[in-house]
Amino acid sequence: MAQITVKVNGKEHTSEVEPRLLLSHYLRDVLNLTGTHIGCDTSSCGSCTIHMDGMAVKSCSILAVQADGSEVTTIEGLATNGQLHPVQEGFKECHGLQCGFCTTGMIMSAADFLNQNPDPTEAEIRHALEGNFCRCTGYHNIVRSVQWAANAMSEGVIE
Amino acid sequence: MSNKYIGQSVKRIEDKRFITGKGRYTDDIKLLGMTHAAFVRSPYAHAIVVSIDTSAAQDMPGVMAIFTGDDIKATGIVGVPTGWQVNFKNGDTMKEPPHPLLVATGSTVKHIGDPVAVIIAESYAAAVDAAEMVEVEWEDLPAVTDPMKATQEGATLVHEDAPGNLAFDWELGNPLSEVDQAISESAHVTSLEFVNQRLVPNAIEPRAYIGQYDEVSDKYTLYTSTQNPHLIRLLMCAFVLGIPEHKVRVLGPDVGGGFGSKIYHYTEEALVTWASKQINRPIKWTETRSEAFQLDAHGRDHVTKAEMGFDADGNIKALRIKTFANLGAYLSTFAPAVPTYLHGTLLQGLYTTPKIHIDLQAVFTHTVAVDAYRGAGRPEATYLLERLVDLAALEMGKDPIQLRKQNFIPAFDGVDQPGYQTQVALQYDSGNYHGVVDKAMEMLGYEEFRRMQKEASQNGKLLGVGFSTYIEACGIAPSAVVGALGARAGLYESAQVRVQPTGKVSVYSGSHSHGQGHETTFAQIVADKFGIPMEDVDIIHGDSDAVAFGMGTYGSRSLAVGGSAIVKSIDKVLEKGAKIAAHKLECSEDDLEFDEGKWTVKGTDKSISFGDVALTAYVPHVYPQGLEPGLDFASFYDPTNFTYPFGCHIAVVEVDKETGKVKLNRFIAVDDVGNVINPMIVDGQIHGGLAQGIGQALLEGAIYDENGQLINASYMDYAMPRADDLPMFELGRQETPCPHNPLGVKGAGEAGCIGSTPAVVNAVIDALWSGGHKVKDIMMPLTPERVWTAMQQ
Repeated sequence: MAQITVKVNGKEHTSEVEPRLLLSHYLRDVLNLTGTHIGCDTSSCGSCTIHMDGMAVKSCSILAVQADGSEVTTIEGLATNGQLHPVQEGFKECHGLQCGFCTTGMIMSAADFLNQNPDPTEAEIRHALEGNFCRCTGYHNIVRSVQWAANAMSEGVIE
Repeated sequence: MSNKYIGQSVKRIEDKRFITGKGRYTDDIKLLGMTHAAFVRSPYAHAIVVSIDTSAAQDMPGVMAIFTGDDIKATGIVGVPTGWQVNFKNGDTMKEPPHPLLVATGSTVKHIGDPVAVIIAESYAAAVDAAEMVEVEWEDLPAVTDPMKATQEGATLVHEDAPGNLAFDWELGNPLSEVDQAISESAHVTSLEFVNQRLVPNAIEPRAYIGQYDEVSDKYTLYTSTQNPHLIRLLMCAFVLGIPEHKVRVLGPDVGGGFGSKIYHYTEEALVTWASKQINRPIKWTETRSEAFQLDAHGRDHVTKAEMGFDADGNIKALRIKTFANLGAYLSTFAPAVPTYLHGTLLQGLYTTPKIHIDLQAVFTHTVAVDAYRGAGRPEATYLLERLVDLAALEMGKDPIQLRKQNFIPAFDGVDQPGYQTQVALQYDSGNYHGVVDKAMEMLGYEEFRRMQKEASQNGKLLGVGFSTYIEACGIAPSAVVGALGARAGLYESAQVRVQPTGKVSVYSGSHSHGQGHETTFAQIVADKFGIPMEDVDIIHGDSDAVAFGMGTYGSRSLAVGGSAIVKSIDKVLEKGAKIAAHKLECSEDDLEFDEGKWTVKGTDKSISFGDVALTAYVPHVYPQGLEPGLDFASFYDPTNFTYPFGCHIAVVEVDKETGKVKLNRFIAVDDVGNVINPMIVDGQIHGGLAQGIGQALLEGAIYDENGQLINASYMDYAMPRADDLPMFELGRQETPCPHNPLGVKGAGEAGCIGSTPAVVNAVIDALWSGGHKVKDIMMPLTPERVWTAMQQ
């Protein structure tokens, strides 16, 4: 067992973990943050995407011990002071989700992407989200949701 | 009644929990004392289980229990059943070999992943570690995976008692001799032999189950990622475990997509339920994605020879089909119905074809079960019809749209004009097929496209347009009809509308929502019918203890059948409410009208609100004599017919001459799904269906090698559409109401997936012909390599 300290959604957690424990399982099983979903075993689906030290990462591709000393934001911590992140709002406004399972990872990926590229084209959005599978929406409304969020952020409607 | 919500794109009520990570899927649930299961599975497609040694595994840390196939066999549990029985042409009973929960020693495993033992341990990691210590001695046997080869003489048998690997054979339509004659008399016959390839449904949430037993009440609880909790309870209790139904509660919490694959009763559901009593602890099992590829029922997998005969003017005179349908190793819950009653019955399509015959062989192979996957049978029927018609147009030098239109069934509303009786058993409810085509063509700009195509071809580029028109039978289904066709259950739906004393409404629906947005759509209906705000309505589903009964969600049935059941209960509430209102207002019920949430005495300003009537029903001090207190009604709705959505899909593609890569430039879909309650949600359903149908055309396909290994059983190897594989979709809509249900709705869940696949393939073929490559067919998925190879011939 190894001891790790991780700041998750602004709160510091110190835990004893098996060295083989994935960060995705640490978040879900140890911290009970079940908004981070697991959809595959090959780091292909993106459902488990979180932010680690400000960057979107697939939490199934990182060991919990590697996150020692890091700052992690999960979907549960994306809203600030009760105000949803514009990407969260966008998904609701534009019907960017159906079953909801890929949604949390998709939102985390999109939020990081808009930080890097606040005014993306449709093609850039599609390229940025190609690491996240959705089987429900055909991506049409996901793209619109991200466009909605980009507009909202640039117009300062939200934040 | 009010008109505030119905027809409006109301934002979804369920979204808030999903966008904040507060959804509650089965794998998110932790119970006190919960243990975890892992399975020992076959690495062979066909092998004798010679022996199993679990002794080393027993000694591993954290192991609670190990059960093998022999343990299950000793209990007398035979296995999971199928829900349909389709007998042989000659009347012989369908072959229905047992599907054991775990395969016992001395028996054979029949597909990759077939389980032989389960480990239950304190943690999932401990269970997996122990599973690896189980020693199984296998005797590897030859396997058969191709449905045509499986029926050939000398083929290895999947089940000893199913000679020729036939589960059943089946036919439908006009007498074969008449169809043969019509084909031989045809001026032109277009024929195709093709494979409608096997697909993996791939809901992003893997299946997950938790079994829990309470020894005080002697009651089991099963949490399951299912599309139909009551159906699972019925099958598991009555046909697998022999537990009385009132001693089992089945919960289907948030479910991360289904697309058919979560309809069926799987062995693991029964196993965790049974084992939870043996160890007196809750047991969770969540499959890995690798297991999902190997175990979740697949879709399609038909090998077909299709011939369509035309007269000299291009009128369709006959259709003759021979299909081998791969059902896999075991008969899954709906499997026998898919190639027969959801496929053969749709071969009329939108055309007036006078002579139709299908001959079908339903075949066992050493592959995982094939069952209903989004569209289920209807995509296969649409694919063969629309490929034939488009190819016929190319061969005869006719315009593909004109050829379709000249053969279309004329418009009929099903009210003043009767429904259309097909040659293949069904009676269509209402349709205006020319309407959807005209609308789609307008969106395309056909003449302009053909001009561009010509220009492109002169510049060495290959542009193509592909059409597809479809009809589907959904809103499944009249119980008496499906009973006559072999269903072992009725296909009605139930709904309870409970008006609370304060006038707030709780609705208990047997339909299960796993992405479809029932919590919103159903609430829109209830709120408008009662003239109350949507916030006053709550939709409860997915709990067999709370909901009276339910047949669940599949076959685009939730609104047409489940929604109609809700309307029935609403009507009962309003009828009783009128009695109470009349008593309070001291008038006759006939003098009342109900509008905007209140009963008003006609021609006066005397009225009583819905809320006041509700309160009176529960505080019946001043109350009609003989009337029961309360305002709470349950209903069962059994439809009188299927519903028949239809539409026209158009794909525009560019094919790269050098590489064979297909780029989907545009996709137009005009669908008529009857009346629409929430256009935003219906559009979303169409979008998702389109992506899956386009995925089949261009990307997807499960590949078993000749040894029965599933060689692309991961997201690394199985190509599912990603965001940059698809364009923005262009949707249009026509609304022809369904004449036989109270909402006039037809169903939208499968339409996109049914219409889109042939449109894409037809577009690629059109592109190749525009460059002089007269290719009849390319096997799906249309990978660059296959398209390039086709161009070289």
